[in-house]
Amino acid sequence: MGLKLYNYGLSGNCYKVRLLLGFLKLDYEIVPVDFYPGLEHKQPDFLDINPLGQLPILEDGRVRLRDSQAILSYIAKKYDPSASWLPDRDATKFSQIMMWLAFAGNNLVAAAADRLVDSSATFSAPEIDKGRQALTILDDQLAERSMMGHSWIVGETPTIADIACFPDAALSNYVGIDHEAFPHLRNWMRDFRRLPNFLTMPGIPEFA
Amino acid sequence: MTVTSDMTTLRQWYPVAYPNQIRPESTYDTTLLDQRIRLSRDDHSQITAHRLADDNSEMATIPIVQRFDTLFSTLGDSPRPLPQIAEFSEDDRRIIHCGSFRVRTSPCRIVENFLDMAHFCFVHTDVLGSIDRPEVLSYKTEYHPETDEIWAVDCQFFQPTASKSAAASGQGLMAHYSYRILSPFSVMLYKSAMNFAGRFDAICLFIQPLSETDCLCYMPMAILDNVSTKTDIIDFQQSIFVQDGIILENQRPKLMPLTPRSETPTRADLSSIAYRRWLKSSGVRFGLQSVEGS
Repeated sequence: MGLKLYNYGLSGNCYKVRLLLGFLKLDYEIVPVDFYPGLEHKQPDFLDINPLGQLPILEDGRVRLRDSQAILSYIAKKYDPSASWLPDRDATKFSQIMMWLAFAGNNLVAAAADRLVDSSATFSAPEIDKGRQALTILDDQLAERSMMGHSWIVGETPTIADIACFPDAALSNYVGIDHEAFPHLRNWMRDFRRLPNFLTMPGIPEFA
Repeated sequence: MTVTSDMTTLRQWYPVAYPNQIRPESTYDTTLLDQRIRLSRDDHSQITAHRLADDNSEMATIPIVQRFDTLFSTLGDSPRPLPQIAEFSEDDRRIIHCGSFRVRTSPCRIVENFLDMAHFCFVHTDVLGSIDRPEVLSYKTEYHPETDEIWAVDCQFFQPTASKSAAASGQGLMAHYSYRILSPFSVMLYKSAMNFAGRFDAICLFIQPLSETDCLCYMPMAILDNVSTKTDIIDFQQSIFVQDGIILENQRPKLMPLTPRSETPTRADLSSIAYRRWLKSSGVRFGLQSVEGS
C-alpha cells in the first residue's frame, strides 16, 4: 500500500502536496476528484472521506489526513530522513515553520482563493486588499531574511513553510495582484522555481 | 454600465448558465452585455429569464433555450439562430462540459486565441505543442455564406499529448483540426479523435460577455473516448484553458484593435485575419477598439 493523493489539478493546496512529493521523489497514486464543475468533494461519497468537503486528502496505508499543511508535515516527518524540509529538532525553527504554515492556511488564502474555478464570483476589493496585506507580510519577512543572507522563509534551506506559501503567492498574480510592489517575494519565487524537481501547475508556469 | 447599442452583438444567443447551476425553485443572477439578468427555475423545473432593474426587480422576460447541455439567452430581437452541431446528437459521444471560466478580456481576444495554433508550443508546451516543432503548416480559410460562418480547414499540428486519450500512447501525433467561427463570440474546433479513425472530437467555446472586457467561457464538448474518465477529460481541458487565460489577461490593449498594422499578423494568423475581417463586415463593435474618424 502506497501513498494516495485525492487531487484536483487546479487546486493550489493539492499542488503543495505534489510539490513536496516531487522534491522527495516519492511515488504516489493520484485519485482525480471532479472538484469543478462536478463538485464531487461535496457529494456523500467524498464527505465520508473528509466531512469538511475539502481537498487534498492523503492516504498512507491506514493513515488518512486532510489539510495540506498537516499533510506536508506528515510527509516531511515520515519520508525525509535528512529532516531538511521540517527541521524538528530545533524548537525555534520548528515553531517558526508552524507559524508560517498557519499563515499559509489562513491569511495568505485571500491572495488567490478559488481564483481558477470560481467562475461567477467577482473578487471584491476587501478580499484583494487582504491578499495584498498578507503578501506584504511575507515580502517583509523575506526582506529581513535576505538582509541576513538567506533566501528562504525559515532557516538556511527551503522548508515546508516555503512550499505552503508558494502556490497562493504565485497565483495571486493571476487574480490581479501586481507583484511589482513585492521585490523580495519575486526573488524568492524565482529561487523556488529553480529548486531541483520543481513542478509546475496550470497557472504557475516554470518561468515567470 | 449601459447595454451596448451594437445591433449585431445584441442579435446573438449567448450562454448564460449550465442547467445545473439553477437549483429547483431558486434563482441565479448573472450579467450579459452589461445587462443584469436573473434565471429562475420553478417547481415544475421550467426555467425563465428576466432583465433586472437597478433595484434588482425583474423587468421584461428574455428568451431562454437549452442546447449543447448549456442554457442560452439573447437581448436582441430576431437573433441569429444557434448553430447546428451534429456531433452533439451522435449516440456514441460523451457530452461533457468543463464549467465556466472567467477571463478578463475582450471576447474577440478569446476567440482569436482559440483559433491560434502558433501558441501551442509556447503556452501548452509538451501537451499541445513541442518547442522543437513550432511550425504551423499551411491551411485554408473558407466563408460559408449559407450559415454565415468562417471555417479554417486542413489544419495540422504536431502534438506531444493531443488529448486525454492520446496521453496513454505516450508518443506524439499529427493532430488534424478544423475550426468553425459560429458567431462573433463563439467558436468550435473539430480535432482528430484518438482511436476513432476519420472522426473528430467536437469542442466548443461559447462566450458570455459580462462586459466588453470581462467574460465567462463555456466549453461543452462531444467527445469520442471510451478510455478516459470524465474527471480526467475535464482536468485536461481545464489545465489548457487556465494556461490560455493567463496569457489572455496579460494582452494589452484589452479591447482588440481592427485597424491594419496595429498588430502585425504572421503567416499563422490567416484565420485571425479572416475573423477580424468578418467582424468588421458584420458590423461588430463590441469588444473592439473604436476606430477614429469612422
